[in-house]
Amino acid sequence: MTLVSISGNLLFVAFICYLIATLFFGGAVKGSKPETSDSEKRWGRIGIIVTIVGFIANLAYFITRWIAAGHAPVSNLFEFTTAFGMMVVGAFILIYFIYRTPSLGLFALPIAIIIIGFASMFPRDINPLIPALKSYWLTVHVITAALGEAILAISAVAGLIYLLKNVDVTKRSKQSFWLEAVMFTLVLTLGFVASTTTFSVMDYEAKFSYVDKEQKDQEITYNTPPIFGMNEYKALTPGTMTPLAEMPPLVNAKKLTTVTWSLLFGVVLYGLIRLIIRKPIAAVLKPFAQKANSQLMDEIGYRAVSIGFPVFTLGALIFAMIWAQEAWSRFWGWDPKEVWALITWLFYAAFLHLRLSRGWHGEKSAWLAVIGFIIIMFNLIAVNLIIAGLHSYA
Amino acid sequence: MNNIICACGHENPEGTVLCGNCGRPLTKEAKDLKLADMRYEGSARRSQTYNKSIIDKIWNFFSSVKIGVTIIIMILVAAAIGTILPQVLYVPASTEADIAAYYERVYGTFGKIYYELGLSDLYGSWWFQTLIGMLGISLIVASLDRFIPLYNSLKKQRTRRHESFMKRQRLFALGESVGQETLTKSEAKLKELRYDVKREDGALLAEKGRFSRWGPYVNHVGLIIFLFGVMLRALPGFYVDETMWIREGETRAIPEAPGYYLESKDFILETYDKEQADEVFGDAIERVGTIASNYQTDVVLYKKPESALPGQTENLEEVKKESIQVNKPLKFDGFAVYQMDFRLDELKTMHFVLSNKATGESLGDLAIDLVNPETTYDLGNGSSVKLLGYYPDFSGFENGEPQTKSPVPNNPAFLVRMTTPETPKGETSFVAIKQTVEPLGENAYKLEFQNVDTRDVSGLTIRKDKTLWILALGGLIFMIGVAQGSYFNHRRIWIHETKDGQFAVAAHTNKNWFAIKKELDQVTEAAQLPLYKDQQDSESQELKKDGEKSS
Ligand code: HEM
Repeated sequence: MTLVSISGNLLFVAFICYLIATLFFGGAVKGSKPETSDSEKRWGRIGIIVTIVGFIANLAYFITRWIAAGHAPVSNLFEFTTAFGMMVVGAFILIYFIYRTPSLGLFALPIAIIIIGFASMFPRDINPLIPALKSYWLTVHVITAALGEAILAISAVAGLIYLLKNVDVTKRSKQSFWLEAVMFTLVLTLGFVASTTTFSVMDYEAKFSYVDKEQKDQEITYNTPPIFGMNEYKALTPGTMTPLAEMPPLVNAKKLTTVTWSLLFGVVLYGLIRLIIRKPIAAVLKPFAQKANSQLMDEIGYRAVSIGFPVFTLGALIFAMIWAQEAWSRFWGWDPKEVWALITWLFYAAFLHLRLSRGWHGEKSAWLAVIGFIIIMFNLIAVNLIIAGLHSYA
Repeated sequence: MNNIICACGHENPEGTVLCGNCGRPLTKEAKDLKLADMRYEGSARRSQTYNKSIIDKIWNFFSSVKIGVTIIIMILVAAAIGTILPQVLYVPASTEADIAAYYERVYGTFGKIYYELGLSDLYGSWWFQTLIGMLGISLIVASLDRFIPLYNSLKKQRTRRHESFMKRQRLFALGESVGQETLTKSEAKLKELRYDVKREDGALLAEKGRFSRWGPYVNHVGLIIFLFGVMLRALPGFYVDETMWIREGETRAIPEAPGYYLESKDFILETYDKEQADEVFGDAIERVGTIASNYQTDVVLYKKPESALPGQTENLEEVKKESIQVNKPLKFDGFAVYQMDFRLDELKTMHFVLSNKATGESLGDLAIDLVNPETTYDLGNGSSVKLLGYYPDFSGFENGEPQTKSPVPNNPAFLVRMTTPETPKGETSFVAIKQTVEPLGENAYKLEFQNVDTRDVSGLTIRKDKTLWILALGGLIFMIGVAQGSYFNHRRIWIHETKDGQFAVAAHTNKNWFAIKKELDQVTEAAQLPLYKDQQDSESQELKKDGEKSS
């Protein structure tokens, strides 16, 4: 076995551990006894041990891949997103040892699982570094920024638990609608995983030629049945589906197709879930949040932001500026990825001020934490995939 | 000025909410609150006190956190709008008209509107800069407004607080103590927990981490210094941003760096080799195609000696030899030179043979340097070629005149006069790479194109930034402040004996209640204090009750 395949297997082990640990944390918050009773503590203890085993496997994946590649494995979308998922688990472990609340694990681990699952849908080969990325600042900047984002993500997990517990999901209200919308978004992510996996198991491939916006002839390979065709496309693979519509040169029809398939799969998946459970997903999850102490969740949410904010500032802004000065001769260039890091930072600054001076505690604070996580994921995924720029990996 | 005199006799400035001495609530609203508002210790802030003159009004406007947060959100939204389409900086067009056309052509009507609204240069717009300026003012005003009173009231804290203050704290207990020497035991335990403890007849104040309260102000100072540094960049002289193209073998003056010259020895472009790349990178290279691994210009940096005359470029003193790579700029004297761009294989010299059209006999060859062509090339044996005109980037004839698009030798063409012993009067010919025109009639001789030498050109960026250290200082102070405020907490515990021999316990922290509760638990146990209640956490009270019932 090569180091690369060992590394891949370690990631798989970590993934399985996180799944198992989730079940144990589920056991710890089920039942009628309080979260802090002895039998519940035992479930929680096994849960955290399995989580730590998974995390060690995850770290081993990271280190072996680092050795194999000769550079930190944070240089493409798969690697970066996986590292982010790993750090979410790391941040959870850190916070768990401060507050010892199994309910946090019950929600943090599935989110990490979804993130790692999502990451695995992108090309997983190891890229050699292009000249712009050949710098130890790549390692320092990306790892610190991802760590900061992961700690901030824990505040969203605490916020989510707070909301599940305190929002009355049986009533129609703005709150219950948006809470279900968050659940729906998580299912959409699974839709992306499901559609990508389906078509890659089928080994689907359709090649097209097209004319790009600079009027040049190009070729492109779809890995999903083409719903949308590129500008002036011509099919090169015989016997594949004919696109339903042709897009103008500005639109990347391949990406649009991928998004559409994910949406379709996601909506069907969500529909099926609703058919089976016959109530909103939030209502099913609510009992799992019931044991959490609201005041404590509120505090964890704030604590995670106040631990994560300085780390994020250091990694995503300060180290980023130092590197940009070395690599691109300017510390700041209003590149979309930079701007979205700034937006994230401003958002959390606003969060802290609203909380501190305007008394936004409890539910308001929980919503802000969830929105913050959405901004982080937007920067991670949408900015990379949709808004092109210097940072764009894809 | 109407000072407020508290029941304890202390005189408080107008605007005070909690008495600076004993902590009694002074206003009607403060008395109605179940829990005291402990921000800024209830001290009088300028913005809460004065509201008469226009200066007061402006001060109050900027000191409000509501306004501060509004400004932050406005900057955030504006910044996001700026990422919808690429900014002018990243658009491959330079004149206003081209840029306008580009947005309309590529992004349609939406692009046109985006451009017309000025959103394509959003971050440079006056209103965006104004927002940043307002953020700076707000930071300064809000910080001063709060820091001074906070500093004063934390400095002169009294040990014994009034019961109305104690019972309005989130963590509060009142009751009998079953043990003895309660205060002494508390003091010992608190000292063990690294609190500073003050005691005064029957009262105790334990405090730690007060310095963390200055964190926000320190970090705001850092931000203000950073913004100041950014503003300085707008002034001339603080900031150099130049580009230069340099060909292999060339020595050129570095723009904006008087006295410095750069010679390019070699430009190197390397790519990952699929054959050599181990199995690790094989797949990626297969999928993407060629991947560059290095862009590099090998240079020598020279300095003109002090004594040299202006314009004189002989006797340059070598400063250093270096390889400029992406991520490895050449640094000297506050300047940095970056590898930013390149052009491969620019034409350098063209080789020709002068030959007799009929016999094919050669009269010798010549090499024309395309950057510095000579006027006459003497081939010996009485033959010579004279350049009548040189068109480095030939683009066709206009009114019979040859035209050149640019001074870059992309498509060189020459108008030449060839003189040989046979044709002493000379023959005129127009010679381009794949084209020969004989404008004045049929010639006997021709200049035959042989081949070209090429060389690479490096695109370098020259930067000097005198504000960098200010920015770095601002960033450093920000990080210190934010760590100070985030990773440390200000905790206080008050304990006193009441007149009827009971004990009152109260605790406050600016954040991390979980930790102070754990500490208070330990003190409660060690000194057998009455059990405290978290007056904000109704759930845990219920849980405790449930637990009591079930056990
Ligand atoms: C992007 C800009 C800003 C950043 C990054 C920032 C950062 C911070 C941080 C990290 C804290 C401490 C929060 C905590 O401990 O939970 C803080 C507190 C504070 N900030 Fe800002 N701030 C910014 C802008 C402003 C502005 C514009 C105002 C003006 C109204 C302001 C007023 C305050 C106040 C009043 C506090 C509380 C101080 C205290 O209670 O001790 N900040 N700021």
